[in-house]
Amino acid sequence: MRHLLSTRDLSRDEAIHVLDVAENMADVATREVKKLPTLRGRTVVNLFFEDSTRTRISFEAAAKRLSADVINFSAKGSSVSKGESLKDTAQTLEAMGADGVVLRHPASGAPHVLAESGWIDAAIVNAGDGTHEHPTQALLDAFTIRRRLHGGTQRSSDGAAAHGTARGRDLDGVSVVIVGDILHSRVARSNVWLLTTLGAAVTLVAPPTLVPIGIDTWPVDVCFSLDEAIDTVRPDVVMMLRIQAERMSAAFFPNTREYGRVWGLDDARTARLAPDSMVMHPGPMNRGLEISAAAADSARSTVLEQVANGVSVRMAVLYLLLAGQGEGL
Amino acid sequence: MSAHEHDYVIRGASLVDGERTDIRIADGRIAELGTALSAAGATAIDADGLLALPGLVDLHVHLREPGFEQSETVLTGTRAAAAGGFTAVFAMANTSPVADTAGVVEQVEALGRRAGYATVRPIGAVSVGLAGERLAELGAMATSRAGVRVFSDDGHCVSDALLMRRALEYVKSFDGVIAQHAQEPRLTIGASMNESALSGELGIPGWPAVAEESIIARDVLLAEHVGSRLHICHVSTAGSVEVLRWAKARGIDVTAEVTPHHLLLTEDLVAGYDARYKVNPPLRSSEDVLALRAGLADGTIDIVATDHAPHPAEAKDCEWGAAAFGMVGLESALSVVQAAVVDSGQLDWADVARVLSYTPARIGRLSGHGVPLAVGAPANLALYDPTASRPFDVSRLAGKGTNSPYLDRTLPGSVRATFHRGYPTVLNATPLAEETVSASAEHADRAAGTRGTE
Amino acid sequence: MSARTLLHQADITRALTRIAHEVLESNRGSAGLVLLGIPTRGVLLASRLGRILADIDPDFDPASVGSIDVTMYRDDLSRKPTRAPAPTSVPPGGIDGTTVVLVDDVLYSGRTIRAALDAISDLGRPRAVRLAVLVDRGHRELPIRADFVGKNLPSAQHERIFVHLAELDGDDSVSIDSLSTNPASTDPASTAQVDAAAGSTTHGRARP
Repeated sequence: MRHLLSTRDLSRDEAIHVLDVAENMADVATREVKKLPTLRGRTVVNLFFEDSTRTRISFEAAAKRLSADVINFSAKGSSVSKGESLKDTAQTLEAMGADGVVLRHPASGAPHVLAESGWIDAAIVNAGDGTHEHPTQALLDAFTIRRRLHGGTQRSSDGAAAHGTARGRDLDGVSVVIVGDILHSRVARSNVWLLTTLGAAVTLVAPPTLVPIGIDTWPVDVCFSLDEAIDTVRPDVVMMLRIQAERMSAAFFPNTREYGRVWGLDDARTARLAPDSMVMHPGPMNRGLEISAAAADSARSTVLEQVANGVSVRMAVLYLLLAGQGEGL
Repeated sequence: MSAHEHDYVIRGASLVDGERTDIRIADGRIAELGTALSAAGATAIDADGLLALPGLVDLHVHLREPGFEQSETVLTGTRAAAAGGFTAVFAMANTSPVADTAGVVEQVEALGRRAGYATVRPIGAVSVGLAGERLAELGAMATSRAGVRVFSDDGHCVSDALLMRRALEYVKSFDGVIAQHAQEPRLTIGASMNESALSGELGIPGWPAVAEESIIARDVLLAEHVGSRLHICHVSTAGSVEVLRWAKARGIDVTAEVTPHHLLLTEDLVAGYDARYKVNPPLRSSEDVLALRAGLADGTIDIVATDHAPHPAEAKDCEWGAAAFGMVGLESALSVVQAAVVDSGQLDWADVARVLSYTPARIGRLSGHGVPLAVGAPANLALYDPTASRPFDVSRLAGKGTNSPYLDRTLPGSVRATFHRGYPTVLNATPLAEETVSASAEHADRAAGTRGTE
Repeated sequence: MSARTLLHQADITRALTRIAHEVLESNRGSAGLVLLGIPTRGVLLASRLGRILADIDPDFDPASVGSIDVTMYRDDLSRKPTRAPAPTSVPPGGIDGTTVVLVDDVLYSGRTIRAALDAISDLGRPRAVRLAVLVDRGHRELPIRADFVGKNLPSAQHERIFVHLAELDGDDSVSIDSLSTNPASTDPASTAQVDAAAGSTTHGRARP
């Protein structure tokens, strides 16, 4: 695979390989010199047609730790006209000699189009396309789950490294509940494909209005009640999705108060989770809406680990796509 | 100058009933049918193994002129029509300015007459500016030189039930018909593909079948209530076929069309986000395709119309979300119909003549077209070779648009020649030069005028 | 394939024992000594060497044996399919002020060792870095020399040298093979081979 466009395309072995390489990258982050010379002379362009400071700086840190040259190109609000902008921009980047393009775009499938267009030769990394996929988010979520369960590299105060047993492992037997706006969530889609490929059992919880038509063909269970999911699934992982305020005006649910009451991870629901379970959120969080402050800040919360692991996983992806002769993942 | 300079003798063609005959064309009409006709003074055309079809009539094309000449003009659009074996097309009203006044429809009709590739019959807008608020000047368009009989806001649904009722009632006075683009707008906000498991997976907002079916159900009941004639554009779902079947059984005066692409292509093609497959209504499931074929075969769906929708290259050479809706379809229509329903045995060639010529002309109240090939009939016909199967490529496209979903797909058949009002517009599967065709048209007009004064 | 075996199990054990003595002698004991093996077979050799050192000198700390992955530091990354990196693990005390002995199976072009030196400098600042290899086959492309050599094996560039270690390959041996017409006929997954054409050591590709 020359590009990373979706987690749907990843086999179990490929996914585990990415996570294993990410373990190496995570080791680098614990060293005094947090940099590798690996991508020296390679140019990575962060091409963002949509604002996302978090994702952009994560990719930027990943590319820089691998010594790549990084160009940030924010196309949002620029004068290029809609429609032509992707092609024109791609051809410009090709002329500048980009080796990798990290693309965030409001249109589903834009990375596919870029990868197959012939406009540009670079490796394409999907950093979130419309309501389609966000593969590196799912990879970092899987990485985070695997590390919590099996241990990554632990480093003691004197700098010694002890390798956990996470390498090579899948997520067989892990139960994951994903809660929120499944219909519009690229994070949910990428996680459904990746986590189930890795062997996890996934249950989606949402108001019926925010569940896509045809969900019965997905390899998941669907439940309209968070309480029921917590009690029957006994999840190892509860992943809360960000709820967008504009969904309310489009009548997907009556108001945020009702949403929070029925589908929010409040303190009472958090207390019913198993003690060693994880609470995940891709960020940014609406504290008090889909997740209570206590749940977000509890020991169960992996929110900050997810941020740190995001850099490691994105380093792994950039390494695998850009370091070699071009056969990729 | 010979008296027979403009005469043609077509040798050895098969009619849709299988009968083999020569066809002599003189003075814009079919002068003689039979075997071993004399070709003295006339141009002979070898049609051995070719099918002679009545000139095809397309009730639904977008010629884009005036206003969007970078996409298509009346001339290039009718050239594409001729390449596909069509001799008459109905041009949709979503031009700029919108065809909502007598002035615009007369201009479009005149442009078609001058180009000469096919008879152009403008469709008038139902509402002013296609805005869905006030009725356009339907009567003025009907009595104009363009003689408009079909009215449509195509591209937009006449979603206001009261406006739809009034339009259905109003056109009764001049035997008009409202052609509805059935799409409940609130159910399809931002939608650009069939709503299904695939749309959920691809993250593309879905266009549910019910958005089409609910409007058709409402409109057949309205048509029944006011006793009017209704036509449904580009039916795309199995449920719509069911509703239409029910309406016809009830005796409601409704006709319906299906596009060639909805008879052949399915939503699976969208999986690669290739914008050539972005069309409205969207490509549906294979179950829908099968239901549409069955509906066409049993007469629930009356006609095939292309919804030929040319766009400049940049409107498709982009991400899915930004791409324009629509496909060109005139040049490929007959081949696609053959692939979808003739080769499968559901339709024979006489049925093809019905759904692509006789009935569309009748729905559009167009005289001189859509009549069986017989002595004395206007010489509008196409010679078609149903045997050759080969990749469809841009060399077969004769309009401005290259947004065909069939490029590089192997399709059967090829239109070898087209005659419009007795003169050729296509010979050797190639459209004739525009000067040649417009000169022929002018000659035909003069001859008709002379005859008219006799 | 006509591989000639040049070193047998006893030869390898003898060579490692000699290297252990030489290391202790040059370091004047085991104080501040750290062994870092280069994956894959260098790691196995380093741990064998560590056991021998501990047998000879009870002061040697068995925990001061680790591994150093050099994949990310290679200069030929862009010319080859992407390699799977292996873990790096450094002894608890780190490497600052220590004498690091790099351990690898075959010394050839010297490029792997160059990459290892870069990797070491990102991990800390040792007092000195030494190099121990089981086999030196010549053909250096960089000014790099081994301090401790198990066996010098002069070879032609078209020849391949295979190191088998029991932990990974089932047996201990070093063999040479001059066949170069069809490299695909060898099984890269079970042998460490020196890729003569590319001039670098390849340790059993993790992904076919």
